[in-house]
Amino acid sequence: MAHSFPEQVLKHLFSFLASDKERNSVSLVCKSWYEIERRCRKSVFIGNCYSVSPEIMIKRFPEVRSVTLKGKPHFADFNLVPEGWGAYVEPWIIAMSRSYPLLEEIRLKRMVVSDESLELISTSFDNFKVLVLLSCEGFTTDGLAAIAANCRNLRELDLGESEVEDLSSDWLSHFPDSCTSLVSLNISCLGPEISFSDLERLIAHSPNLKTLRLSQAVPLEKLPDLLCHASQLVEFGTGAYSSEVRSDIFSNLEEAFSGCKRLEGLSGFWDVEAAYLPAIYPVCSRLTSLNLSYATIQSPDLDKLISQCHNLQRLWVLDYIEDTGLQALAASCKNLEELRVFPSDPFLPEPNVILTEQGLVAVSEGCPKLQTVLYFCRQMTNAALVTIARNRPNMIRFRLCVIEPRAPDYLTLEPLDAGFGAIVEQCKELRRLSLSGLLTDRVFEYIGTHAKKLEMLSIAFAGDSDMGLHHVLSGCESLRKLEIRDCPFGDEALLANAAKLETMRSLWMSSCSVSFGACKLLAQKLPKLNVEVIDEMGPPDMRPESSPVDKLYIYRTVAGPRFDMPGFVWTLNEDAKH
Amino acid sequence: MATEMEITELRLGLPGGNSHMKEKKRVYSEITNSDQNSSNVNVNGDVYYMCQNKNEVVGWPPVCAYRKKNNFNGREGSKMYVKVSMDGVPFLRKVDLSTHKGYSELVMALEKLFDCYGIGEALEDADKSEYVPIYEDKDGDWMLVGDVPWEMFSESCKRLRIMKRSDAKVIGLGARDFLKGMSENK
Repeated sequence: MAHSFPEQVLKHLFSFLASDKERNSVSLVCKSWYEIERRCRKSVFIGNCYSVSPEIMIKRFPEVRSVTLKGKPHFADFNLVPEGWGAYVEPWIIAMSRSYPLLEEIRLKRMVVSDESLELISTSFDNFKVLVLLSCEGFTTDGLAAIAANCRNLRELDLGESEVEDLSSDWLSHFPDSCTSLVSLNISCLGPEISFSDLERLIAHSPNLKTLRLSQAVPLEKLPDLLCHASQLVEFGTGAYSSEVRSDIFSNLEEAFSGCKRLEGLSGFWDVEAAYLPAIYPVCSRLTSLNLSYATIQSPDLDKLISQCHNLQRLWVLDYIEDTGLQALAASCKNLEELRVFPSDPFLPEPNVILTEQGLVAVSEGCPKLQTVLYFCRQMTNAALVTIARNRPNMIRFRLCVIEPRAPDYLTLEPLDAGFGAIVEQCKELRRLSLSGLLTDRVFEYIGTHAKKLEMLSIAFAGDSDMGLHHVLSGCESLRKLEIRDCPFGDEALLANAAKLETMRSLWMSSCSVSFGACKLLAQKLPKLNVEVIDEMGPPDMRPESSPVDKLYIYRTVAGPRFDMPGFVWTLNEDAKH
Repeated sequence: MATEMEITELRLGLPGGNSHMKEKKRVYSEITNSDQNSSNVNVNGDVYYMCQNKNEVVGWPPVCAYRKKNNFNGREGSKMYVKVSMDGVPFLRKVDLSTHKGYSELVMALEKLFDCYGIGEALEDADKSEYVPIYEDKDGDWMLVGDVPWEMFSESCKRLRIMKRSDAKVIGLGARDFLKGMSENK
């Protein structure tokens, strides 16, 4: 069959396959399709940088132009992964610099990136176009200067929410005036100093700029100057959005925003001076995306703003919006697909705002396209969750954080099992779920029974026994990532479902009851897994085998055990050095 | 019998019933007290800096470190948010004292926040006005707003409360005497 199509035809056909999934399927059809596919694959996504080595990637896919790598486990965002754990990008950059001279795009998430790596990137790839560093760390503005200076065709520089050491504010000046290719620039994570003249000059000679996200250092008064050079922007992130209230600044700002006829997304809004919010009213009706999650504004200013954004598809906001604001949102934004409500002050023992389950219920009722939710609140009921599930069976990502661990339904004092059960039962397309509140093993029974498309599950302070974990591992057919903290899950469920772990990307368990002995057994049984024990109290084999490990990270890999681990990480493979 | 302090606290749950809130708090502190792991773990200092309670659970609630840095701690010293409660109003508000240069600006902001225009009177004659703004200072004493110079006030004010004269049972008492009574009842 394969002989009837010449290689060129197959290559051409394969070029229409967008997703990795499809290309992976195609490569399994037969040997010659595998060979043809691998030699023309242009883009590789690696969800766990330790699951494969750069050498294996390069050997299989010699023509890659775009690489995406993810490093640390998700819980690293909450400081649960100690500093120095790993996820160094350097070996990848070194290997690619030798084998992929035509590489154009590097996208990294939660990785450690050094200035040396950035310099190597900037000098190794002549046609380098896209650098995206999300939640990365380890580099300084010196590394950025190298990128700016050497990447003649740079289209995209996105520093996401990375931690960058600010050594000098003049790195922007390293962009030559001849570089006019910039389409997207996100420097929102950068620190207190920046050279406005360099920034302005860069923007002025970037006619293709569509996305610009500024750092907090850029003051409000400078925005009109910047925006007049970039009226073609589609996405814009302000800097600090406050200033002495002056009518001339206001009218300049309003005029500048009015001139941005293509603007669809706004973000930034650090330090908001409410008097300047009306300056963006001219663009509100066109906005599809609004990120106010750093803006400490309350109603009525907040409500007035949102009620004008009828076309909003995505809203990120602080809980200052309160239930009343969410009710107004539900009434005016019928195209809303994604809502994230972050806590303004979660460490207060009492609530500082009225944001309850009612707000979320209102949005679930009023917004028929709502499919992605992240919601921090202080109280929840089963009834509310059941209503939300019934209203929105099209929900795809549902992350609820009731701030108090193990908080019950505040009206009935029962666990929230029934509520989350309704979510998984009704929302048949659910791919991501985060649980909170008081939960027994029963909720996991519901999840194992119904959540057949669930790919990522986050659990904290929940469950009664190993049965909980067993339900999830044995029932969730599509599960790829499971992260658990502070749950009474131990050896039994893990060992009974050991084979399941090879079908998943990774499992994280911290402050649970998995013993060191069970970890060793798991590593023995399944050589294709790396079983990492993270324990800063000393080598786990100094304690009895039955004692529980502090943190456990298990992931499948074809690269074998890693050797770049710090002293507090033990890999329990037979041939590992530790 | 609820003290004046408790009346200013926002409660969740059935009116009058206090017990399940306390239960929740007990459960939380059980977790934190028994969480031996967090005291030894070498985590980023960021997690602890804004915690009043040293035993706070690491990494909970799950707000990512980048967001925490930019929201709650961010520019230390430049913001002075204090909670404001008003008698008869079931929610709390916050004001940033650093954005106001004096009492009249503060009062205007408060009047706008609560949609209530009568607070300013208290600055002129606390004994006759319908609304009496008071504040809790560093020492836990309740004082009348306006008595001390603005800088001294903004540095020591921990929170604000707008009392309604009609709600406060102060028949025959001047505002200052009432406050003295409040502070003594601690």
